[in-house]
Amino acid sequence: MSAPNASRDMLRMAGANAVLMVVAAIILLPFAWMLLTVMRSPAEIFSDPFGLPQGFGIVVENFHRAFTTVPMARFLFNGAVVVTVLLFLQLAVSIPAAYALAKFPFSGRNLLFGLVVAALCVPIQVPMLPIYIALAYAGALDSYFALIFPFLFSPFAIFMLRQQFKAFPNEIIQAARLDGFSEIQILLKLIVPSARPVIAAFAVFSITAHWNDLYWPLIVVSSQDMATPPLGMLYFRDGDLGTDYGALMAGAIVTVTPVMVIFLIAQRQFIKGLTMTGLK
Amino acid sequence: MSGTSVLPRARRRPAANRAAVHGLLLAGPAILFLSLLMVAPIFVVFGLSFTDYSLGAIQFSFIGLGNYLQIASDARALGAIGHTLVYVAIVVPIAVLLGLFLALMIQQRRRLRHTYEVLFFLPATSTFVAMALVWQFLLHGRIGPINDWLVWIGLGRIDFLTNPATALPTLAVIGAWQLVGQTTILFLAGLSSVSSDIYDAAALDGMEAGWDRFIRITFPMLGPTTLFVVVTTTITAFQAFDGVAALTQGGPAGSTETLLYKIYLEAYQYTNMGYASALSILFLAFIAALSMFQIFVAEKKVHYS
Repeated sequence: MSAPNASRDMLRMAGANAVLMVVAAIILLPFAWMLLTVMRSPAEIFSDPFGLPQGFGIVVENFHRAFTTVPMARFLFNGAVVVTVLLFLQLAVSIPAAYALAKFPFSGRNLLFGLVVAALCVPIQVPMLPIYIALAYAGALDSYFALIFPFLFSPFAIFMLRQQFKAFPNEIIQAARLDGFSEIQILLKLIVPSARPVIAAFAVFSITAHWNDLYWPLIVVSSQDMATPPLGMLYFRDGDLGTDYGALMAGAIVTVTPVMVIFLIAQRQFIKGLTMTGLK
Repeated sequence: MSGTSVLPRARRRPAANRAAVHGLLLAGPAILFLSLLMVAPIFVVFGLSFTDYSLGAIQFSFIGLGNYLQIASDARALGAIGHTLVYVAIVVPIAVLLGLFLALMIQQRRRLRHTYEVLFFLPATSTFVAMALVWQFLLHGRIGPINDWLVWIGLGRIDFLTNPATALPTLAVIGAWQLVGQTTILFLAGLSSVSSDIYDAAALDGMEAGWDRFIRITFPMLGPTTLFVVVTTTITAFQAFDGVAALTQGGPAGSTETLLYKIYLEAYQYTNMGYASALSILFLAFIAALSMFQIFVAEKKVHYS
């Protein structure tokens, strides 16, 4: 490559980086503002939003108000319970079903797979309506059970895992059967370990989707004790805290941080999980 | 399966039966929940959409197409459909074009590519409600810094979320902000499948990297990816709810009431289950049509890994 060409490429690269950094700055603006605000006292937020923070005490105070004026710790605990129990149950239901769809010729298999694919096209808010009515009549609203129940069937998990399991060699399964492995043992000791990356991708997808979900908690939760973090954010907005921006931003930070940490740890699985769904 | 064919004929049928029983047992819980949480509820919604059922009512009656006729004459329902379409019409072009642009820019970076991917993806991972409240603060008419900047560069203040003319477009831009990372990642995956051999051949023919090459090679090769991204983004945008619930509750003056928010109000605030069911069937028809298009048309032609 000749010298003028190289310098032109350098220039182009610098230009591209400059554009990308400007876009990144705009995209990251809310995160920056959240951090700036939580470091300020209510007075400073309005008088001097971009000045240097006046010490760590104000940060502590803002977080303290976020945790004391609403039961923030309770929201976080509820969110953790819901996403953990739900993920465990979704996998417990989906893994055997995906294995059956991939490797067992049973009557109705094609129908079942067709329904799983069809279910992928159904927005979950539609079946939620009768499920809500049923839960209301059963007196089961406003509970962990209600928060988890509608998502126990995950067509996405079954579909993803079935594609993965199909590629598992039949010969190994046959050999394991001859060695006296039960079907459950084959599933847990051979098939599941081979699908670990897909399971991880689904796990981060499921955790993110349900930690962040607002629609269903907003419908079934009526007491603060059962609220998840996104719903908790709405209590901030509604209460006297609506104008206490320091505490509001502290609440936002503790709400978004857990999923963000998972994202930074498991970026690859995360991106795979979110992009494979076409989201939600 | 070669393993079963070596078995004597007499033993093959019991083995096949056992496989069928095992298959059903393994799929049993999923079949139960599929019926309970998906199939039955959809039939119930469909049935309820022809009734005047209200939650808690002792009795209700079939009213035929009454609910659907009511939608056609309900200005707020039609408004909600219109708002949803406007929302989609703003979110999709921004998220898709900006995603394509960013993917093309990032693709050529070596060292910083991964950093940019992570940065642009942060909005997609973070709780939308929480970030929407941060946006509300940023965009606040009196105390938001964005309005201060507008004044500073000589423009007037804009009451982004409290003016009926700007509230819906503002929500849509916030929605697009959240989706850009996802469209960028999808386009990057699509771009990585465009073979560098084609670029080499084009270079031999005297075509340089740049606008010309993008129009004549890259974009046509990205066609299937673009279709996929447009459809998935449309489906997501069609379900707009969180921003509305967190920031405007449908206001000001009903200008941000989306279809899903209208369903939420009718079903869970006013307990008009029959009417909400009819709206839900409409909602389902929109999304299912888009999803089927994606699965049967778009998905087949997409190459992403």
